This record gives sequence, structure tokens and C-alpha cells, in this order.
Amino acid sequence: MALPPPDPQFVLRGTSAAVHALHFSCGGPEPDIPLLFSGSENGFIHVWNLKTRRAHTALDGHGRKSVYCVQTMGGKGRLLSQGRDQRICLWDLAEGRTSVTDSVFTEHVGFCRCSLLKVAQGRWLMAMAARSLEEVQILELPSKTSVCTLKPEMGAKLGMPMCLKLWQLNCDSQPVLLAGYEDGSVVLWNMSMRKVLSQLICHQEPVMSLDFDAEKAKGISGSSEKVLSIWSLNEQQNLQVYKTHELVNAGISDITIRADKKILATAGWDHRIRIFGWKKLKPLAVLDYHTATVHCVSFSDHSNPRERLLAAGSKDQRISVWSIYAQT
Amino acid sequence: VSFIPGGLDCSISFVSHVLGKVCVHGRQKEIMGVLVPHLTDLTKSDCIWQRICWRLVECVPDRWMEAVVLGFVQGAPRADVLSRLLGNLVVKNKKAQFVVTQKMLLLQYGHTTAVLQNLLGYLSLDSLRRPLMLGVLQELLETWSSSSAVKHSPAEQQLYISKAILICLSHLKEPEIESCRQELLTSMMEGVKCHLDSSLPQLRRLGMVVAESISLKINTEGPVLKFEYEEDDETRELKSLLVQTPPFCVIPSFPDDDRSEKTGAALPLVPENHEKPHTAAPVMPDEELDAELDSDDDLTPYDMSEDKVLKIKAPVYIRDCIEVLTGSRSEDVDKWEATVKALESLVRKNPAATREVSVELAKILLHLEEKTCIEGFVELRQRAQVAVLSTDPIPVAKYLTSQFYSLNYSLRQRMDILDVLVLAAQELSCPKFHGKTEHSGAQKPCIQLLPGSDSSKDWRRIVDERIKSKTRRFDMGQSHVELASRPNEFNSVAGHFFFPLIQHYDRPLTTFDLLGEDHLVLGRLVHTLAILMYLAVNTVAVTAMGKALLEFVWALRFHTDSYVRQGLLSCISSLLLSVPAERILADMTEELLETQSWLGDVMERDPDGDCRRLALQNLLLMENLKKKLEVVPS
Repeated sequence: MALPPPDPQFVLRGTSAAVHALHFSCGGPEPDIPLLFSGSENGFIHVWNLKTRRAHTALDGHGRKSVYCVQTMGGKGRLLSQGRDQRICLWDLAEGRTSVTDSVFTEHVGFCRCSLLKVAQGRWLMAMAARSLEEVQILELPSKTSVCTLKPEMGAKLGMPMCLKLWQLNCDSQPVLLAGYEDGSVVLWNMSMRKVLSQLICHQEPVMSLDFDAEKAKGISGSSEKVLSIWSLNEQQNLQVYKTHELVNAGISDITIRADKKILATAGWDHRIRIFGWKKLKPLAVLDYHTATVHCVSFSDHSNPRERLLAAGSKDQRISVWSIYAQT
Repeated sequence: VSFIPGGLDCSISFVSHVLGKVCVHGRQKEIMGVLVPHLTDLTKSDCIWQRICWRLVECVPDRWMEAVVLGFVQGAPRADVLSRLLGNLVVKNKKAQFVVTQKMLLLQYGHTTAVLQNLLGYLSLDSLRRPLMLGVLQELLETWSSSSAVKHSPAEQQLYISKAILICLSHLKEPEIESCRQELLTSMMEGVKCHLDSSLPQLRRLGMVVAESISLKINTEGPVLKFEYEEDDETRELKSLLVQTPPFCVIPSFPDDDRSEKTGAALPLVPENHEKPHTAAPVMPDEELDAELDSDDDLTPYDMSEDKVLKIKAPVYIRDCIEVLTGSRSEDVDKWEATVKALESLVRKNPAATREVSVELAKILLHLEEKTCIEGFVELRQRAQVAVLSTDPIPVAKYLTSQFYSLNYSLRQRMDILDVLVLAAQELSCPKFHGKTEHSGAQKPCIQLLPGSDSSKDWRRIVDERIKSKTRRFDMGQSHVELASRPNEFNSVAGHFFFPLIQHYDRPLTTFDLLGEDHLVLGRLVHTLAILMYLAVNTVAVTAMGKALLEFVWALRFHTDSYVRQGLLSCISSLLLSVPAERILADMTEELLETQSWLGDVMERDPDGDCRRLALQNLLLMENLKKKLEVVPS
């Protein structure tokens, strides 16, 4: 007899706006407070103390325009946030400060979340959608120098980039970019030569979100239709469809694979969070708590596996935090 | 009839006389049947025979020229044959020119498409005759684009002219198109306007096809005019006329070579097809090779039986529905959609609650616009309206009929009101109807003619079919089981549906003038009244309705729009079928006699074929009525 799905461990309220972005920062050693950063539609970034389960700061840096991406850069002291005011802000939060140290004016009017990758100590690469419709720009942070601009060839008709993922197999290899586009295709870019290595049409509708497992060279993408598409990268750097999975209701906003590569979570337009096993995409659970579209899901980076959490932010202004499959 | 060849100077004129006389006496077919094939063969390559033939026709006296030319045009198998036989007769002889360019094209319209092809092909084949063809095209276009011609000439003539235009267009060459591009454009714009104005769908389609073809010819690059209409045999035939097949036969030696080349080319394709399936096989990973011990198997799934398709709950109370539909909150579109879908069944399940808010609901529904893209929104709205009207007929009918004549409604909304009234009337008057309809979509108006028969049962069936075809509605499953009869609910409300509609038709408003431009709505109104009259059979108000309807029809009987006239004639049919015979003869004798003479007139002189048929039906119905009453008194 299968157990009924668990309830959330706790629910964070108080954003007073739909939640679009979540990011955990819980990896620090014991005296450090585990934190959860959330970006809301009213332009605020809340910093939640997971011990007291209250927001201890609200950062206002995007002129009340929706914040749709938050990420930490090496520890909780530095935060990157992206908003609909066409800016990416870099924050200094160490020692109680809350100031914007730098910002990048992207001129991007869409919703494509940027992707960060640490390439060396103190150096990051950031992929973001640029002003021109189909382009993706790679910047180096914190220097903000442009590394390259990836533009599809004329007549490719990919549409806007919808989601990005920068990854590298290990510290020495070349970083590679995976981008999901409006026409439903996922493209693998070679950044040094600014060329498309492989393109795969995964969906009939725009790709809403994707995630990639570099070790197994397998990735997953979700779109506004009912299908989840799993694809793999072979030795010749070619993308191939591995499997598809049909969902009960259409629409996926976000997909994320847990750090131990055992499970993944999807955020659905049907108000539900679904958990799957990553190996074979076995459906494991459907978490039904929210009363409106779930916009984002994120796994925590706790060093103690038993404390691992999953957070989901929704249009109903709540953030649900779950402890699921933490025992393995 | 065989001629002696060889350079004798025969006197052809005697033969021409004979030919002319025979043709004028009506024996065209026989003589042409023999003459034309003979001459075709003889003139194929022999110039002398060609000249003899030309002399032959040129010498025919003027008074018989028409018959001879007609005979040749109808008898010749192809345009080039006609060209060989007649030569440049049309250029040299005035009478022949008149017959070919004016009489056969503009004054007559009974000839077949093949004859048209021959005629116009003949005109296009010689450079001396081409200017005639261009002149012909201009005149045809003038007729096509004249609004009075579109309104008053019969549909068959308009079809004929359209065909002629299309064939001319197909013969036009580039430099000619260049020179008359501007005129083509102007005529097209005027013509398409008149055609689209017409209430008869066939004429509208004709106009659209011809306009598209003209636009295609004059805009060889760049966007061309494209209308949306349903293709049927007629439009396909018309469009095929635009493509010209070369009038000359291809020399027979070629086809053999072509065929052998094609078979040779076909062979290499076949082995390619066999190879393809191998490469296209998707990469299916062998799941059994996944031999790694997975700790995935340790992850036990939770119970997911609750994971079903997401359904948004619709409100359960009618007042809640009203709130959702009038609410200005644009976020809750899911709820709005669910409400629209659920409204009809809610109204039917809660008649008492509906009656409290019926007029308000009717108002909301009349003004309801599509907020999101739901499938079948128009039908959902219509069904909800019909449900509300059937549940609380009197106040809602009062509201709807008053709105029909109010300012600031679109034509579409007014016609929707009429449709809703008819559907609700049908529901109320028909005992079999349980409020369950199956979706079927609009039916195209079709006129069914049964072979003439006297029994009034057949006419009733015809009228029934006609009425069914004029209503845009859903197909009811015809239940063959005789269900328990119910009181006729239409009885008490028929008058409320009917009289307000008929009241204000002659009062024009700033945005709505039934007797003026909005003759389409007038046509629909007339048809609606006919249906309401028909459904009012066995009600108390039927006689009063009949009298009012007869007066209405009498006032409008000379209307220029044929759709309106067809509606008026349907009104008479409904009247004759619904009002009990005794009442007709008692109360409406004089009017009926006048109507009878009017019907006779329509039957003989109305340009529209359907009007004539309907008038005939009505006269027969009247005859039957008289016979019935003669038989009864004992």
C-alpha cells in the first residue's frame, strides 16, 4: 500500500506577491544560518532564515519590477538577482550589508533566467539573453567583460531563448552552453567557436525550463505541453532523444535535478509539484499543496543529507518547503 | 453534301443561301451535324478549302446570318476548328459581330461552357479579332460590376457572365493585361462590392471567385486577393476555367518518348525508399544493459491516485455565475470559462432561481463577449440564452424583442436575438424536446424539390425542410418513440414572441434601418416570422398572428432583395399551414384573393428561381385548402 504524499514541512508566507525564484544557501558550517532567497513579483528579494522560518531582510533593487532569478555566487555573502527592469544586480550581503555593488543592463525584456558557472576562484561565466531577439551573451563576472555572443544563423527561426544552462564536465574542460528556445528546440553551443554543435527539437511548444546532468550526459526539458523530454549527449556531442514522459496536465514552469542526481522535481501549471527518479524517470510523488501555478522549485545544498529540503514558490504567494526522500 | 474540289470557280453563294434558309428554319443541328465534321477534315491542312468555307459563310444573307453563326459556334468541337471555319467573319460582317460579341454573351445565357470556350477561344486566336475580345471583356466586366444587374438578373445569367469573364481572363496575354490593368482593378472593386452586398450566398461566392481570379491575373507578384468560402463543384469548375489547355494537339510522336523516360526515372527511386527506414530508426537505449545497481529502486513511490486532470470548479448557484460573468477581475479567466460552460445546465436545473434573475441574465448573455479562446463559445452562449428564454419566456421575450429594435447593437447581435427566439419557440412548442441537443454545426441552406405532386403532405414536408434549413441550429436526435404529450407551452407566449417583432419594422433608427440598408436583417426577420407562424399551429393567437403577418407581407411584397421575397413567400406558406382553414376563409377571404393574384404574378415574372417555386407551392397549397373545404361540408 503506497503511503499518501507527505505534507510540507513548513510554509513560508509573507511575500505578498507571487514567488518567481528560489535559491537555497545552506552549505555553510554549523554556526551559519541556513538561508533561502526568494524573488517575488513585487520586486523584493526576501532572505528567509530557515531556523526561525521568518524573512529577516527584504531587498529592493529592481524598482518594484518582478524578480525572476536569484542565485548565490560562492556563499551567502554575494547574491545575483535578475529582474524585469532589464537588470542583473550583484549584491553584497556579508556582515549584514544589503547593497548593490554592481549591475548589468541586459536590455532583455523576456523571462529567460541567466545561468552562472564558476570557472575559477572568483571568476564566473554568466549566460544571459541579450537585447537582440535570438542572441545569448556570455559575460565574465565580476569583470563584466563579454566573452562571446551566440547568435543562431539566419533563417534558423529559433525564437527567443527561454532557458539556459552553462556547464562543464570537470574543472579543466571547456564550458558548454545548453539553450532551450521558443520553437521547442534545445541547442548545444560551442562557445569558443560560437557555433551550434547540435540541435534537437524536443517539443512543439516553447521550452520552458531545462536541467542537465553533466556526469551522465543526460538532460531533461519541460514545455507548455504535456510532455517531458529526456535527451542525452553522445560522444560526438550530438543530442538525441532518450525518452519522453506524458503528464496528466499540461505546463511545466521549472525543472531541477537534485545535487546527488537521484531525484528531480518539476513545477507545474496545474498547481502540483512532481518528483521523479532520475535514473529511469519513475514517477515518485505528486505534491499537491498550492492553489495556483507553481513557478519555481529548488533543492537545498545542505551538507548533511538528512537535512535536505525542497522548496517550491507559487503564484498563490506561498513558499512550501518539503523534506522528501532525504533518507537515501 | 459533297463538294467537287479542284480550282473550279464554283458559285458558292447558292450554297450559302441554302445553308442560311435551312438554318433559319430551325434545322441547324442536322445540317451542322453533317457539314461541320466534313469541313473540319477538309480544312485541316488545305488552304483552298478554308477559303471556300469562308466564302460560304460570308455569302449568307444577313437575315439568316445569326442562325448560321449560332449553328457553327454550337457545332464546332474546338475553338481552333471554329477559327478555321469562320475565319475573320466577325471582323468583316457586322451582323456576325453583333451575334458573337453581344447577343450570345450578354443577351442570352443558355449556352454551355464548351460553347463559351469555343466562342472566346475563337476571338482570341487571331490578332485581328483580339481587339474584339478585349471589347467583350470590358462589356462583360461592366455588367458584372453593375449593382442593378447583380440585384435583378437571375442567378443563372450571372453564373454565365462570370464564366465568360474567367475564360476571357485566361486568354489574356501580358501586354494586354498591362494596358487594361487599371480598368480591371476598378471593375473588380465595384463588382466585388455589389456581389458581397447580396443576400444570396451563391452570388456572394460567384463574386468572390471572379474577384480572386482577376486579382490573380493583375498581381502576378505580391499579395493577391483571397476570400474564405466553402469550395464546391461550382467554384471548382469556375476556377478550372482560368487554366487554359493549349487548343492545338501535341504531335503524337512525343508522348511515347515521355512515357519511357518516366518509367526509367521511376526505377531508381524505389531502392532508395528501401534504404531509408534503416537510418531513421530512433536510438532506443537498451534498458537491460543498465546493469548498475541503482539505489533508485530504494525510492518507494508515494500514492499518486489523486493526480488527475485538473478541473476548475464552476459556481453552483446562478447568482454566483452572474457575479463571475460580470466581474471585472481579469485574472480569474479559468473560472469565467468554467462558468460559461456550465451555465446552460445550471439554468435548466434551477428554473425557479433563474426566473428571479432572468432578464438580468439575458442582458448579460446578449452582451457577453469572448474573453478567452473557448471552443464553441458562440454555441455555448446561444444555448444558455435559449435556456433562459425557455425557462422564463414572457419577460425575457419582452426584453429581447425590445432590444432588437434598439440603438447600438451590431447586426450580428440582432440576428442572434432572432435565432434565440426561434430556438426557444421550437423548444416550447415541441413535446419531444427535452432540452438536450447534440452539436451539429450550421446547416447550409438547401432547397429540396420533390417531383410535382398534389398531396398537401408533400408540400408540408417541403416547407418543413425549408424551415429547417433556414434555421441555424443543432440537430436534434429524432426520437422515434412516441413520448408522453405535454401541454403546448408556446401557446401562452406565442404572441409575446411574435407581435413585438412585427411592430416596429418601418421605424428607422440612426444605426438600424430595416427597410433601407439592413435588408439582410430584414430577410432574417421575415424568415423568423415565418417559423414562428409555423410553430404557432394550434395556439390561440394563431389567427391574429396570421392576419398581422398577411398585412406585413402585403406591405413588403415588392421588395427588391430576393432573400426577403423568399422569406415573404415562406410566411404565406406557414400561414396557410398553421391557421385553421375555417378561420382563413372566414376572416381573410379578400386578402387571400389578392394574395393569390400576387402569387400568380410572382410565379410568372419574378427573376429569382426560388421565388417562383415558392409562389407555385403557395398556390398549390391554396388549391388544396379550397378542395379540403369543399369536401368537408356534408
